[in-house]
Amino acid sequence: MKALAMPFRRTGEGDRTSRGVLVLFLLVILLVLACLISLHVGPTGVGIGDLWAYATGKGDSLTTQERVILEAVRLPRTALGLLVGAGLAVSGAMMQGLFRNPLADPGIVGVTSGAGLAAVSAIVLGGGVLAPVALALGNQFLPLMAFFGGLLVTWVLYAIATRDGRTSTTALILCGIAIGALAGAFMGLLIVMADDRQLRDITFWSLGSLGGATYGRVLSVLPFIAFVMAIIPFVAKGLDALILGDAAAFHMGIPVQRLKRIVIVAVAAACGSTVAVAGAIGFVGIVVPHLLRLAMGPSHRFLLPGSALGGGALLLIADSVARTVAAPAELPIGVITALFGAPVFLFLLIGKNGIGMRDLP
Amino acid sequence: MIIADNVTVSRSGRKLIDSISIDLKPGQFTVVIGPNGAGKSTLMKVLSGEMTPDSGLVSYYGTSVDLCQPANLAKRRAVLPQATQLAFPFTALEIARMGAVAHGALNPNEEARKALSRVGLRGFESRPYPSMSGGEQQRVQFARALAQVPQPVVDGIPRALFLDEPTASLDLGHQISVLETARDFASAGGMVLAILHDLNLAAEFADHLVVLHHGRVVAEGPCHETVSDEMIASVYGIAGAVGRVPASHIPYILPQSRNR
Repeated sequence: MKALAMPFRRTGEGDRTSRGVLVLFLLVILLVLACLISLHVGPTGVGIGDLWAYATGKGDSLTTQERVILEAVRLPRTALGLLVGAGLAVSGAMMQGLFRNPLADPGIVGVTSGAGLAAVSAIVLGGGVLAPVALALGNQFLPLMAFFGGLLVTWVLYAIATRDGRTSTTALILCGIAIGALAGAFMGLLIVMADDRQLRDITFWSLGSLGGATYGRVLSVLPFIAFVMAIIPFVAKGLDALILGDAAAFHMGIPVQRLKRIVIVAVAAACGSTVAVAGAIGFVGIVVPHLLRLAMGPSHRFLLPGSALGGGALLLIADSVARTVAAPAELPIGVITALFGAPVFLFLLIGKNGIGMRDLP
Repeated sequence: MIIADNVTVSRSGRKLIDSISIDLKPGQFTVVIGPNGAGKSTLMKVLSGEMTPDSGLVSYYGTSVDLCQPANLAKRRAVLPQATQLAFPFTALEIARMGAVAHGALNPNEEARKALSRVGLRGFESRPYPSMSGGEQQRVQFARALAQVPQPVVDGIPRALFLDEPTASLDLGHQISVLETARDFASAGGMVLAILHDLNLAAEFADHLVVLHHGRVVAEGPCHETVSDEMIASVYGIAGAVGRVPASHIPYILPQSRNR
């Protein structure tokens, strides 16, 4: 069979560039569909035709109520879902490249917990000891605090779990458990200190939701995600080389230490800022890159932009489901992503090519 | 010319390499031998610029290696590491292509294909690296190094190839073909430094043999001057093994005999 196929071997053998381009194209279509679904579904259905009329400036077919819902609720929520999903998936993909380990998801290794703790600290202490900082930073206070929380955890993780350029999966996951527990303990302390309004906010962060979407939140997360997207072309080649090890990457001309510093900052920026505006939404960072590696291969040239598109699409679809299955009540979006993502994580650990049972390089 | 001048590397109070001076000359195949822990890999790391020595200097054509940007260094030399495992399923072609990209090839896919066929892996382009055997993986890595320095000399400046145990996990035939490819690289004006454990292969291929022991160069020069009963006995603790036929009931295979 193999011998018969030989003469017809295409010249693109082993090169997945064209596949990568095709998958990116399909992801763009998926993302557009996801945006339409997100704008369409809800207690007040806004017809797809009406959406088209609105987008092209012929907004006559919408009632005033529909227009208000679309502009004040659906549009910011969709924009937020897009940014948050893209940020979560790209931070996951980058982190997996940095740690050379497909299990390294910010949620699993504790970066999300760290960022969440910082966000909750900001909520509780923002009126007290940190008030001057909160005033000075305004809208960016929460995402910046979460960013520094995430940065601290990523840096600590890297320092603990990576020796001589090799990351121990065991150390990584155990670190995640320890950091998660520590963050939980501090969270408990802060909850005791919090008042009623702050308690509601804290509950919201810990479950994860796009419910409170406003243009203010969209604007506060936008610069962080824009920064992360902008550096993708500059880190993709380096992350590919890094998969072969620190030394090999250096031999191929990659300034390894600088690359790692940039990637750590980007992971913290994407993860921290999304946690600040939408809470801890798990598994997007592990599911999307994993599925994309199956579809297009592990090269970061396509994996990173693909994760941005796919993460946005997945989160918008998950949010649409969260809003509709139990209507008029709304499920926390983290429930939906965990229902879908936890099995994928388990499959990664124990499946045919399971990596939990062997030591990773 | 790549020169290490009096380099010393210490780790936790022990000198891994101790005041070593060595020149890599264009057109020369240099082989480093020595027992485990002699400092062979450390010497290679220092020469390739990966590790900064605690004292002493490494220079590439007069420029200190510390002053070279990683990207410039990557165009000057390529390194074949010891066994590399991957957690992500890159194809053989994608791995080799990384070398071509580091070299700045205009058509990296084409360069990668050429390099793969030079190591006898034509037809393996789309194989996922993690599913290949240890020997095949080693040859993919060799292809990556070749793709990074496809020409031994560019604009009159020789390129260097550093090979850390290139024959580990290869069968006898592939051991020889990999070393022949490296020798061709040297014959065409490039510089080759290889760490070998197989003394017969070292004796056949080395133009210049360097014997390391306890971090020091204990012998250096053409093989016929360097390899002696005394040297093997003092470094490896095996006496009376040079140039003698074993007892009649033990078959022996000397690959270098094929060229008689």
